[in-house]
Amino acid sequence: MNLAYYPGCALHGSSNDYEQSLRACLETLDVQLKEIDDWICCGATAAHSLNQKLSVALPARNLALAENKGFREMLAPCPMCSMQLLKARKALVEDEALRRSMSEIVELEVRGETHVLNLIQLFETIGLDRLKAAVKAPLGSICAACYYGCLLTRPASVVEFDDSEQPRSMEKILEALGGKTVDWNFRTECCGAGMTMANEQTVLDLSHEILSNAAAHGANCLVVACPMCHVNLDMKQPAIERHYGVRHAMPIYYLSDVVGLALGFKPEALGIDRHFVRKA
Amino acid sequence: MISQSADFIGQSSVVNRKNEAWDCDHYDPPHCSKYNMSLALESSKLLVLAVDLQLVPSHRKQVSLKPESVFLNSSSVVPLVESLAHTQICDCYQCGKCTAGCPMAAGMDVPPTRLIRLLQLGHAKRALEAQAIWQCVSCQTCATRCPKSVDCAGVMDALRQLSAERGFTTRKQQRTLLFQKAFLKNIRRNGRLNELELIGEFKFSTFLHGRSLSFLFKDATLAPELLKRKKFHLVGEKAHDRAVVARIFARCMDNSLL
Repeated sequence: MNLAYYPGCALHGSSNDYEQSLRACLETLDVQLKEIDDWICCGATAAHSLNQKLSVALPARNLALAENKGFREMLAPCPMCSMQLLKARKALVEDEALRRSMSEIVELEVRGETHVLNLIQLFETIGLDRLKAAVKAPLGSICAACYYGCLLTRPASVVEFDDSEQPRSMEKILEALGGKTVDWNFRTECCGAGMTMANEQTVLDLSHEILSNAAAHGANCLVVACPMCHVNLDMKQPAIERHYGVRHAMPIYYLSDVVGLALGFKPEALGIDRHFVRKA
Repeated sequence: MISQSADFIGQSSVVNRKNEAWDCDHYDPPHCSKYNMSLALESSKLLVLAVDLQLVPSHRKQVSLKPESVFLNSSSVVPLVESLAHTQICDCYQCGKCTAGCPMAAGMDVPPTRLIRLLQLGHAKRALEAQAIWQCVSCQTCATRCPKSVDCAGVMDALRQLSAERGFTTRKQQRTLLFQKAFLKNIRRNGRLNELELIGEFKFSTFLHGRSLSFLFKDATLAPELLKRKKFHLVGEKAHDRAVVARIFARCMDNSLL
């Protein structure tokens, strides 16, 4: 399987542990990622907050780069990137005048033809049966709270993925790998997203509630598929513990970490040793 | 209380009918339009009811419903918000579902439902000045759950853009805006985000604005931890064709805003 790969800034920056583990998994599963030549930032929250046109143009440039190389599918493992790409794609598909003006703005013809997948969708495309067959070390000791956060399932009309209130796709993958999952309340609540720097208190408050709820429902780890969620729940966890005077000690895994563990990789090969919160 | 609820239910159909009429009409500042004034009266009853039902914490400042006139032309702001967000403000029937699901509503000066109401009533300046639009975390819950498909998260984006462009943000709200401006400047320059540069620029600009030394050095201890984990690159990645990124920026926005 060959597909275009849009890593986004986070996976080439402070969330390079996410890229490490997903590359390890996908190589084993015979998926070839072709990184898009000279991709640019999707603009993220800053673009959609401050300039609507720019928030379409930046992802449109990346869509055009992929399309012009003939790719029909593209992996964007960061939900912020994939939502931005999908939102731009939807707008472009629906509006011919916008397609024309955006093609001029981004200096490449853009049609909005490339499908954008998140990491969960890629694992679904590979197939749960194939995943199951590739398991070398079943996840017996894992009892995970699958955490979707905001942008994997929202806005529903844009991302068109799973159920925006009660998603189950990550649970199905975990269970196929021999892990257990818990039913809990904060699966689609927000962790504070991009407020980590500008408004830290928001992140501490929201993430503390998520960690507390997961623990209260018997989870021994959280599984995420978003670099921002990982930063807020893992890197900020010591700050949350200091602020609230509690001890969470909740390991936060990327979905590709737990898939990688089940495929028989050592934690170091997946970058798990570079997380802030270690398994107790 | 019971009679008030009955009254409320009875009137909601009237409000809806008026909204239909409003739909095909143009937006006038409230003092120009008879039925907008009557909507304002209806709204004050709704607010009283909301406080009674404890939907709105009583410590929140009540919105005075006197029409604004001199500050800015509200009639131009609402269509602008609607075209930026691709949504119809007048579709909202004030059910409150957006506020009920909003993770930030408890601390907002104007929660999402009322922000939309301010726009319906033509109080654009109040909406543009609200602290709430900078507290919003863009989680998209409001937009996803709205029974009338009003893109409330998109309205928040549009209000942030207009508030920033027209200089309505107050000093207290500056930090989020400064972060987002530093972010955009960074990608305009590099094509991709350089996290270390972004942090430096953001800290420096907030220091210039607020002169808070403690904020300048806050999180400084995280840097060596991130370096140890190879999560920080001292020299960040850049796109090769950065000139095209700069041109895209120039075609989309007034560069002097950054």
